[in-house]
Amino acid sequence: MSLFDKHREHLAGLLVGGIGAFAVLEGQSYGIGTLTAMGSGFFPVALGAGMIALGILMAAVPAAPAAHLPGHGPSRLDWRGGLSIAAAVVLFILLANRAGLAPAIFACVFTAALGTRQTTLREAALLALGVTVFGVLLFAYGLKVPFPIIAGVYA
Amino acid sequence: MESSIAGLAHGFQVALDWHNLIWCFVGVFVGNMVGVLPGMGVLSTISILLPLTFSMQPVAALLMLSGIYYGAQYGGAICSILLNLPCHPPHAVTCLDGYPMTQQGRGGAALGITMMASFFAASVGIIVMIFLSPLLVSIAFKFGPAEICAIMLMGLIAGATMSRGSPIKGIAMTLFGLLCGVVGTDVNSGQARLTFGAIELSDGLDLGALCLGLFGIADFLTSVNRLEVKASDARVKMSDMRPTRAEIRQAFWPMIRGTAVGTLFGAMPGTGPTITTFIAYALERKISKTPERFGKGAIEGVAAPEASSHSKTQVDFIPTMTLGIPGDAVMALLLGALIIKGVQPGPQLISEHPDIFWGLIASFWIGNVLLVVLNIPMIGVWVRMLQVPYRFLFPSAIFFMCIGVFSTHNALFDVMELAVFGIFGAFFLALDFPLSPIVLGFVLGPMLEENFRRAMLISRGDIGVFLQRPIAATFVLLAAALLSFQVVSYLRKPRLASVAEAVSV
Repeated sequence: MSLFDKHREHLAGLLVGGIGAFAVLEGQSYGIGTLTAMGSGFFPVALGAGMIALGILMAAVPAAPAAHLPGHGPSRLDWRGGLSIAAAVVLFILLANRAGLAPAIFACVFTAALGTRQTTLREAALLALGVTVFGVLLFAYGLKVPFPIIAGVYA
Repeated sequence: MESSIAGLAHGFQVALDWHNLIWCFVGVFVGNMVGVLPGMGVLSTISILLPLTFSMQPVAALLMLSGIYYGAQYGGAICSILLNLPCHPPHAVTCLDGYPMTQQGRGGAALGITMMASFFAASVGIIVMIFLSPLLVSIAFKFGPAEICAIMLMGLIAGATMSRGSPIKGIAMTLFGLLCGVVGTDVNSGQARLTFGAIELSDGLDLGALCLGLFGIADFLTSVNRLEVKASDARVKMSDMRPTRAEIRQAFWPMIRGTAVGTLFGAMPGTGPTITTFIAYALERKISKTPERFGKGAIEGVAAPEASSHSKTQVDFIPTMTLGIPGDAVMALLLGALIIKGVQPGPQLISEHPDIFWGLIASFWIGNVLLVVLNIPMIGVWVRMLQVPYRFLFPSAIFFMCIGVFSTHNALFDVMELAVFGIFGAFFLALDFPLSPIVLGFVLGPMLEENFRRAMLISRGDIGVFLQRPIAATFVLLAAALLSFQVVSYLRKPRLASVAEAVSV
């Protein structure tokens, strides 16, 4: 049992309690008001308070692990896959306007494809190329998405 | 009764309009196609295709979305039976007997039975919907803000606690979803709330970005390098799909019992589809004379859960359409899409938008016929699609999600929301939180706040109003009972065995 598994419930409680605390702090600055004349902060503060209470309950009385189907244990974060997928989305955001649709699609698909260990560089590049061609045809020509195809070179 | 039949006739007129018919067909086809891909569940399928409907007429958009829904649901069943891969949790239990049937070369028959069971169950669900909805509407017109609030509360708590996993975590995620619904400008004071100073957030979070982040990106983040998809060597031809007469006889009563379970649970707000299929399966195994056959390819174990999930799907539309209170995350998503279109679901929907309501009902039937017509000749193609390796599938899907979310408002900011919710979702999944209560909370949040505020204004700040009005009191007490039962059973050890354990899968 890894350290993460051991403290899963404590971490869960901490996360929920933390979000709740943020909501209470942020919400009370909007004005809570009274029941008859509720301020904008009433609802978020009430929700935040509920989350703090649940967070404490979770951390204090850790739940038994939930039943899972065979082969479907609780999800685990995979650093290589996780980072490459997150990077893929961020690259798309950064490149779409600045570099154009074609480089953005290529970078996005290529980076995401490298998240798996079995995929070779060559396969990733071929897949990215295929999706790029298809994507440019469909979205740039077909649906007229407002991005340049390759910025400064080909609109 | 008579008005229902007149309404239905009007509905068929709307749904058979060639424009609507085409969108219904496109929805069923694309939903089935995407749903059959390994790792694509109903929620991620609908969220990916949601942006496509934003430029459409409300009627056509809703017909297409519900077509996507049952198309994806059937696609998920194909995936479970042939690959042993529960793309969508409600189908997990179908794997137990569906996959052994595939190994015995009866995969085609399992698919055929699934198709018959779904068609039968959906038809029953539709009939229930036709006659129950107007009845519910006539009651619902007497509801004030206090009643609506109480029903929403009950639905939210039921949705959080009656799905699989820890109920406490479910409630925590409901609250998180409600909090996500707060983001944006407060309609009463104009105050920007939880926007972190971003002007882009003043209209609130984007439903598509939230759903795709939670059910698309987060799912990829956690299943990359973990999902073992073996290429299916199943060969299914059209002729294989006809079950033998003995199989039909065996599956007949389970199909009816499954339908009954699904109808009953669909009428209860908040009961998730997963728990429904598990209960249908457990019931079959319990009353079977030969329970030892289950798990080894018993056709009853395929027919009952599939029937229950399809009748529940239909019956689920009743509270969603008549009260504006969705039963599960998929319904919340459809409701959100309607609200974006400027259609407010609720008791007035049937009278104000009869074309939407009755057109939808008629389209269910047409859609289910299309599903059968489509699947028999296409089965070979679906089986091919099952062979697309996951490692090539998800990178392409990520791009489609990015561009789909972008094109809703032509805003890259929404793609950022997608990334943030993906990361949030992955952490929540790793900590064993259920994600669908977030969507339920997000869609209901603004309505809940508004109705609570109104109820308090009317009662001059007297919180006791929820206990003084009989209907409201009933729902509040039910919600309170459910909540305290969950907290007490959480604190007491040993914990109550969940349904999943009772089925001992």
